[in-house]
Amino acid sequence: MNAQHLDFYMQTILSMAALVAFTSFLMLGQGRLLRLIFVFAIQGLLLTLTTGLAAYSLDNPHLYISAVLTLLLKVLFIPAMLRREVLKMAMHRDVEALKNKTLIMLSGASLMIFSYYILHPIVQTSNAVMINALAVGLSVVLLGMLLMISHRQAIAHVVGFMSIENGLFFAAIVATHGMPMVVELGVAFDVLVAAILFGIFFLHIRTSIDSLDVDLMNRLHEVEK
Amino acid sequence: MIAVYFILFLALLGIVYFALIGHRTDVGKINTALNGISFLATVWLAVTVLKHGTLLSENKAFLIDSFNVYLIVLTAFVGMTTSIFSAPYMAHENAIGRLNDQRLRLYYSMYQGFMLAMYLVLTTNNMGVMWVAMEGATLATVLLVSLYRTPEAIEAAWKYFILCGVGIAQALFGTVLLYYAAVQINGIDNALLWTVLYEHADKLNPHILELAFVFLLIGYGTKMGLVPLHNWLPDAHSEGPTPMSAVLSGLLLNDALYAVVRNKMLVDGATHAPTASYLMMGFGMLTFLTAALLLHRQKDIKRLFSYSSIEHMGMMTFAFGIGGSLATFAGLLHMTVHSLTKSAIFVTVGHASQLAGTQKMEQIRGLIKTQPVIGWGLLIGTVAIAGFPPFGVFTSEFLVLMATMHSYPWLTLPLLLGIGVAFAGLFRHIQPIVYGNKPEGQEPIKANLWPVLIHLALVLWLGLAIPSFLADWFSQATLLISGEKLL
Repeated sequence: MNAQHLDFYMQTILSMAALVAFTSFLMLGQGRLLRLIFVFAIQGLLLTLTTGLAAYSLDNPHLYISAVLTLLLKVLFIPAMLRREVLKMAMHRDVEALKNKTLIMLSGASLMIFSYYILHPIVQTSNAVMINALAVGLSVVLLGMLLMISHRQAIAHVVGFMSIENGLFFAAIVATHGMPMVVELGVAFDVLVAAILFGIFFLHIRTSIDSLDVDLMNRLHEVEK
Repeated sequence: MIAVYFILFLALLGIVYFALIGHRTDVGKINTALNGISFLATVWLAVTVLKHGTLLSENKAFLIDSFNVYLIVLTAFVGMTTSIFSAPYMAHENAIGRLNDQRLRLYYSMYQGFMLAMYLVLTTNNMGVMWVAMEGATLATVLLVSLYRTPEAIEAAWKYFILCGVGIAQALFGTVLLYYAAVQINGIDNALLWTVLYEHADKLNPHILELAFVFLLIGYGTKMGLVPLHNWLPDAHSEGPTPMSAVLSGLLLNDALYAVVRNKMLVDGATHAPTASYLMMGFGMLTFLTAALLLHRQKDIKRLFSYSSIEHMGMMTFAFGIGGSLATFAGLLHMTVHSLTKSAIFVTVGHASQLAGTQKMEQIRGLIKTQPVIGWGLLIGTVAIAGFPPFGVFTSEFLVLMATMHSYPWLTLPLLLGIGVAFAGLFRHIQPIVYGNKPEGQEPIKANLWPVLIHLALVLWLGLAIPSFLADWFSQATLLISGEKLL
């Protein structure tokens, strides 16, 4: 692939894909919750820009609506809610000591290579920009899962969960120019309800175990003792 | 078609109505009435489909064919009978102070919310909307799992939320891939509609579809409780209120399987290769055997039966994986009898644990001596779910075995072994519970066992003789799914 021969839209999409993947890695190695939330908001902003750009370049007005929804939900509402939670629990000074940080980052890199590997058959149906977009989408999903595995704070889990949504959204915007409007509205509604439910959950978890450390939730077992 | 709009609207109305005044004393009856009316509407819908064939709404948003219409009727039926049981059950929980009025309102409102999501999953013609509704079902039930607000309940709900949320996200990625494959075809419009996708199935890129199916199977499989993604299921079933366990086991699992089978039909049409079948057979068998073994190590009665649900879902996945007319027919029948039997069992289990005041199996004893209806109900339900003749589960398991023997003879052995292990796992726990002496101070409670009786009678009827209209119906659905005619 020769980047000079691509038009402006394709070139920008490629840079956006790289930046989105980069924010995912930044989140993976982040032990401070407020910075984690900040990087998550940046990822949301990148997504908004990508959607806006796609709407402009492809002359597809319904993508403007998705862009606005993303901006409201992923850049403003969810980060603000999480930030409030962190400040309320006075966790903004805590640094979570991540075990095996090197190993986590290396697994992240391997997951990204893995995404490229499994999506390789797609190359034959389309151009090289699509495979980059889809592979970045998938690796953001996988990196989000890794983030949830490696962090112990419930807030980090929510960030991971929402960043998985970001990955899916990125893939949908770039590869298929967005899902049909009714589906996109439905997904946005689900994300909104999920965010509200997470807020309710924080309250419940706090009152029941007096902490947001999910390692303390260990009463239920596969095989009962 | 009006019936579809009617049941969706009714459920929506229910959400709002119960959210506002869901704590009054007669609210259980209203819930039953709403579900009863929906059931009648679905029967009417089913009769129409049986007479005129597949229905497609004018704006192409809803599709009713012989496969989903019977699941719609089943959903409405189990929803109705469970609501009959839930009225006195929830009133009892309210009376003993486990629940306050506000949570009762939440419960009834979300019961309708769950029903709405289930109807939408089944009726929609758009696979994106199906995903949205499936996620909606999680969102509606997650606060019901934590309804009692004990630390265990909150842990279970959190696990349910995170695991199912992440799992279902995989299904969305699968949907995006599928959509990507579909928009490659020239001149395609509305490429997420099942009707459009089936029409163009042979033009879809097989590589992308195989990849998409992996994601879809993992995604909806999480909701179905496929091993190793099943961890949320026993927790959510055991910690939530019992009527919720009954509808989760009887309906949600079925609908997730429905989503997988719909996608498999599409993928099979595109790839003409058995990849999807092998994936489903492998996951199904693994699930079936693991759950059968885990039955032996349980101490909580609701967890015991949740593992039994996982086991049966494994068997159905396996059956649909084999494909072919006989296995598909068996899978459809098994879906029906399992959800009828399992919801009946959860109803009796709910009464049994209210009677004994605990869910620990060690402390539930002498049910037959205390209150024979509950004891016998539990015993007969267990006999039915373990696959004894003359109940319907026997018929469907027998058909699965026959189909396996026909296509993959060497797999019959682990299947038979698993059935044996599961049977032993259930009976070693249930036998001392129903027989044995009654503990001091255990008194009969007010129980409503009509749902159990109706469900078990239906399962018995299906085991003795499948009525001809139902057999026609199943064979039409079999034709639709497997492309072959059985009867």
